[in-house]
Amino acid sequence: MSRSSLRLQNGERAELKDVPLLSLREFHGDLLCDIRQGGRLASLFGHPVGDGVRLFAVTAHGDTGELSVSSADAGDSYPSLTPDCPQAHWFEREIAEQWGARPEGHPWLKPIRFHRPYRGGLPSDGGPLPAGVTDYFQVQGDGIHEVAVGPVHAGVIEPGHFRFQCHGEDVFHLEISLGYQHRGIERALVGGPGPRSIHLMETAAGDTSVAHATAYSWAIEALSNRRSPARGSVLRGIALELERLANHTGDLGALGGDVGFLPTASFCGRLRGDFLNLTALACGSRFGRGWMRPGGAAFDLEAPRAAELLERLGQAMSDVGNAVGMLLGSPSVLARFEETGVVSKASAEALGLVGVAARACGLERDVRFEFPAGIFRMTHIPVSTWESGDVFARAQVRWLEIQRSAAFIAEQLVALPEGPIRSEPAAGLEPESLAVAMVEGWRGEVCHVALTDAAGRLARYKVVDPSFHNWMGLALALRDQQISDFPLCNKSFSLSYCGHDL
Amino acid sequence: MLRALAARLKQGQRTLSYPKGTPTLPDRFRGRPETDFSRCDAGCAARLKDCPTGAVVETDGHRRLDLGRCLFCADCAAACPHGAVRFTAEHKLAAWSREDLVLPGTEPKIRPDDPKFRKIARSLQIRVVSAGGCNACEADINVLSTIVFDLSRFGISVVASPRHADALIVAGPVPRNMRLALEKTYRALPAPRIVIAVGACAISGGPYAGHEEVCGGAAAVVPVDLYIPGCPPHPLTILDGLLKLTGRL
Ligand code: SF4
Repeated sequence: MSRSSLRLQNGERAELKDVPLLSLREFHGDLLCDIRQGGRLASLFGHPVGDGVRLFAVTAHGDTGELSVSSADAGDSYPSLTPDCPQAHWFEREIAEQWGARPEGHPWLKPIRFHRPYRGGLPSDGGPLPAGVTDYFQVQGDGIHEVAVGPVHAGVIEPGHFRFQCHGEDVFHLEISLGYQHRGIERALVGGPGPRSIHLMETAAGDTSVAHATAYSWAIEALSNRRSPARGSVLRGIALELERLANHTGDLGALGGDVGFLPTASFCGRLRGDFLNLTALACGSRFGRGWMRPGGAAFDLEAPRAAELLERLGQAMSDVGNAVGMLLGSPSVLARFEETGVVSKASAEALGLVGVAARACGLERDVRFEFPAGIFRMTHIPVSTWESGDVFARAQVRWLEIQRSAAFIAEQLVALPEGPIRSEPAAGLEPESLAVAMVEGWRGEVCHVALTDAAGRLARYKVVDPSFHNWMGLALALRDQQISDFPLCNKSFSLSYCGHDL
Repeated sequence: MLRALAARLKQGQRTLSYPKGTPTLPDRFRGRPETDFSRCDAGCAARLKDCPTGAVVETDGHRRLDLGRCLFCADCAAACPHGAVRFTAEHKLAAWSREDLVLPGTEPKIRPDDPKFRKIARSLQIRVVSAGGCNACEADINVLSTIVFDLSRFGISVVASPRHADALIVAGPVPRNMRLALEKTYRALPAPRIVIAVGACAISGGPYAGHEEVCGGAAAVVPVDLYIPGCPPHPLTILDGLLKLTGRL
């Protein structure tokens, strides 16, 4: 790890003055050195300082469990990191769009959310930008044709635009253009925390409410020297794994549906709801709304409730085992899953993929294991990986995780520590500080970085949803595939539009 | 084949008998709030500002709760020492006008007598557009098509093409970046068109109300016929709304 950066643990606070301010050259060199040594970019973002923009980088070192933070001042432009470090590509596009700081030499500089820069005015100044209008990559030649899909899709799903460059059925290239879900979350968090902040977090990606609300709570706790009591931390772990169970089960069912394997599709459709209803048993909301709050958890699992949850979990798991066993035991399904949508381990590493998509390429990336916080410091959930990088691997990793999450919840429910579930409110946030909070959501790494100003208000709140890292993985998975396999590949990644667009 | 049959037996019959029998919702479920603002004292005004969406509004000295903005977080119920707001387990929340969502309100209204509602009594085809939805409203609309709710037994189905649709469901606060797509989808429906706003975001902008990145809900772009509040509304709340629309409830 480079010597010049500040080292932090997940969920730790540092004073802003202790974050090294490097020259762009050092910043660049240190980052590359960290990445070469196995680190990866968890966050890279701009923050306005005076007339200029300060870049902050958070690198995650899975081997040591440390996060390193450094910064550098960029003017209106700076030399792009992307040519040397592909995983910076989407971050640099974001920085250019948000702050008008141009990464010189970036090979693919296009908008990612289609809004005007925040520096020097409001995003509305100069009128709206037409979403989705950009210069798409085009392949030309005999028999080449282009297929454009979206923003509005056939199913009940969120909007995004996809452009395929095809030769017959074969896809040469897929370009993904997002931004239709942009609601201005990061901008609205500045000046907070306010009454709306936690709700923006719970709806940043509504199927990931628990993970985002937990990351936010951790960040706020770090900044206010507050901690969740032990019982609250266990409840957070249970909530997080219930969220994973529901979504993974739903995705396995949908993967079945995409290859026309209807029994599992319909069984899992119901079972997903059963898991959501377990979350509702705990907190009244199927999506865990209101359960996670700074200081701990807002709803307890008293003994009878914990017992009911445990019993219903067992029943649901027995049915999930049956439904998934049928799916992954059917040769006709395997023929469609195997060797479809392959991403190599090398590409996954270069792009900085996270979560299920990374683990399905054999990468041992899991915040619960690498950067444990809360209950995951005490109890370890084994990391689930598979080597083949295809649709099958992404299904198989989900199935492994379902079993391990259920075992974890069952274990925790019978050993809930006594005591309060939430700590007393804190006076306010420490001024001029920075905190990083990472949570392994069901899609992968959720990373929040919070900066406070001299008055202890949020000066910048950077949210990185796992989808931010992974959309490019989907684009790569489609290379040389049949265009008809797009729905299957897409579902196997199951990425968030709103989590990306914020 | 035998395996599939055995699995089918194990998984059992799962479709709810709704609307004949209503399943019990969890005790912590937050449905329609009951309000009694006559209990408020002078100190209460200060607490109003803590509602994340400004759903508790005060006009001419009268306090009211706007279900169209409410996120059902129950922070107000927890903060109020006088019990002015209490959340009940009532899942039926759909309303025909924006005013009907403001509590304490008048008696629930019946469906307006518009010929366009008559043609969908036996068959309602819906196109859903997510416009800034966080995927929670979308998920709880999707779940209606599973075996648990089995939407198609009511003659209602979700269709892929707006050309095949009688009604449009909008979820989300409608980001400016989605405005054009929503307008175009709406115009692609054959007239007369029905629009349903599902969730706090689509009704009022929800937690995004006032953000300049969004239009602040469906009604800013298309005329809305039915409002289904919640964040997200429970699937039964949505189903109740759809059955009211077809005249079955
Ligand atoms: S429950 Fe509704 S009215 Fe009460 S504080 Fe929450 S959003 Fe506001």
